[in-house]
Amino acid sequence: MQYDTIIIGAGLSGLAAGIRLAYYDQKVCLLERHTTIGGLNSFYRLRHRDYDVGLHAVTNYAEKGDRSKPLNKLLRQLRLSWDDFALCPQIESSVVFPDCTLRMTNDFELLRSQVAECFPDQADGFNRLVQSIDEFNPFADTEGYLSAREHIRKFLTDPLLENMLFCPILFYSSATPNDLDLRQFVIIFRSILQEGFSRPQEGIRRILRVLVKKFRGEGGELKLRTGVNRILEKNGTAYGVELDNGEVLEGKRILSSAGLVETQRLCEKPFVEEKAATGDISFVESISTLDCSPADLGHHGTVVFFSNQTDFCYERPSTPVDLRSGIICSPNNYQFEEPLEDNKINITALADHQYWLNIDDEEQYQQAKQEHATAMIENAIGIVPDFQNHIIDQDIFTPRTIKKFTGHLNGAVYGSPTKQLSGTTPLDNLYLCGTDQGFLGIIGAMLSGISMANAHCLK
Amino acid sequence: MNEEQIRLVILDILDKIAPDEDLSDLDDSQPFRDQMELDSMDFLDIVMELRKRYRVQIPEEDYPNLVTMDSTVTYLHPLLKDVESPA
Repeated sequence: MQYDTIIIGAGLSGLAAGIRLAYYDQKVCLLERHTTIGGLNSFYRLRHRDYDVGLHAVTNYAEKGDRSKPLNKLLRQLRLSWDDFALCPQIESSVVFPDCTLRMTNDFELLRSQVAECFPDQADGFNRLVQSIDEFNPFADTEGYLSAREHIRKFLTDPLLENMLFCPILFYSSATPNDLDLRQFVIIFRSILQEGFSRPQEGIRRILRVLVKKFRGEGGELKLRTGVNRILEKNGTAYGVELDNGEVLEGKRILSSAGLVETQRLCEKPFVEEKAATGDISFVESISTLDCSPADLGHHGTVVFFSNQTDFCYERPSTPVDLRSGIICSPNNYQFEEPLEDNKINITALADHQYWLNIDDEEQYQQAKQEHATAMIENAIGIVPDFQNHIIDQDIFTPRTIKKFTGHLNGAVYGSPTKQLSGTTPLDNLYLCGTDQGFLGIIGAMLSGISMANAHCLK
Repeated sequence: MNEEQIRLVILDILDKIAPDEDLSDLDDSQPFRDQMELDSMDFLDIVMELRKRYRVQIPEEDYPNLVTMDSTVTYLHPLLKDVESPA
């Protein structure tokens, strides 16, 4: 049995790639080691409640019919209609630093006016920065690393404003500490600050259900609980995979969303320096279910990015969690037609992956989770109203959880600091898509799958 | 298929590529791109759809023939004249 394309990983990129290929009549097999689909953006049920794993917000919001926007391009490529994802826009988000708050909605002009109000001497520079971003082509074929910080400093002189802009962008995309590549900065600036946030009423389940139904409807084959043990190669060409159970599947091409180093580990010979190419940025998140809505407590923010100090640090911390900054997200605070069944507040903070991965004792791990989640919540009180007495259930994920369910080394949410924009590897017929190809976020992941399928598998 | 039937097939493909577009006022003599902002990914899809449906292979050097509805129909007619209309 030979497939046209074997895809490793049924996350958003693998599913999107699978739809493209199956739609054009390829024989496609999508392999997923976990018991369900979604990868970094998955879902689960615990104590009779539904949870989303990675989803805070779907970025890249675009209205129906706004044809040039990435969201709508992606829908066209997947032959989906705008209504399929049932996206509801956010209420309002903010970046909160000591003595300064910038509010933002899906109307970018609010942020522009907030900058002008809080940083009058930077307003002109900010407008020129935005113009430079509007004119920049992040997909141009340019080599080498370009520092986004250096670019920003050509326009802004106030480090507080610089940090307040970097805070949401780094938190929602960066596999590298404190700075990121300018191309990625531009993509994320557009996707979260200019286009903005939305969410389906049902969360990530809605998007995944639409994708898997489409994939199967086009004749794609999905195998859950089916891990890949090894990529088979002969004379520098990949020709198939050996599964965990020893079975061999042959394919004309292999598209891997497992990650750069994770994919390398499936191959006979290494092609990148493992230590340098393994990501370091991971998070702990506490998900609290409340007995009332966040709005009842006076909290209306969709996503709040905060830093307790003006000098925002985005790096692997030396402590189990980094209490200097964080993200507060409430899935209830979107413009839904009906209120959600559960009321939740998620608090996320940078974490030291080694601390979490090295706890051997299960009881100790549970204790550490609880202790640090409590500290994260206490730390956020003041920025959100005190909701501690309203918590009726709680779940916590750590770098260990991420590693266990996604296979990402170090539980690195944004994968490797080294992105392979071309998607190629030294092996012929083995390509990468997903986080380590370079497009991030839910929409970015799907675009990665689509563009790699188009470029390498549809010829 | 005659020319009118081919035109309907192209309209159907465009509708599939861009389900939210209103194609009722499409001008057959004007480039698709001016009326629908099709990017290169979408354009490739017209070619791929024709291949999927009718096994017609369109070489890259012939892509300029697919700029407007009129030129597309003219180009495809000899290739599809013996194919039965789907409708």
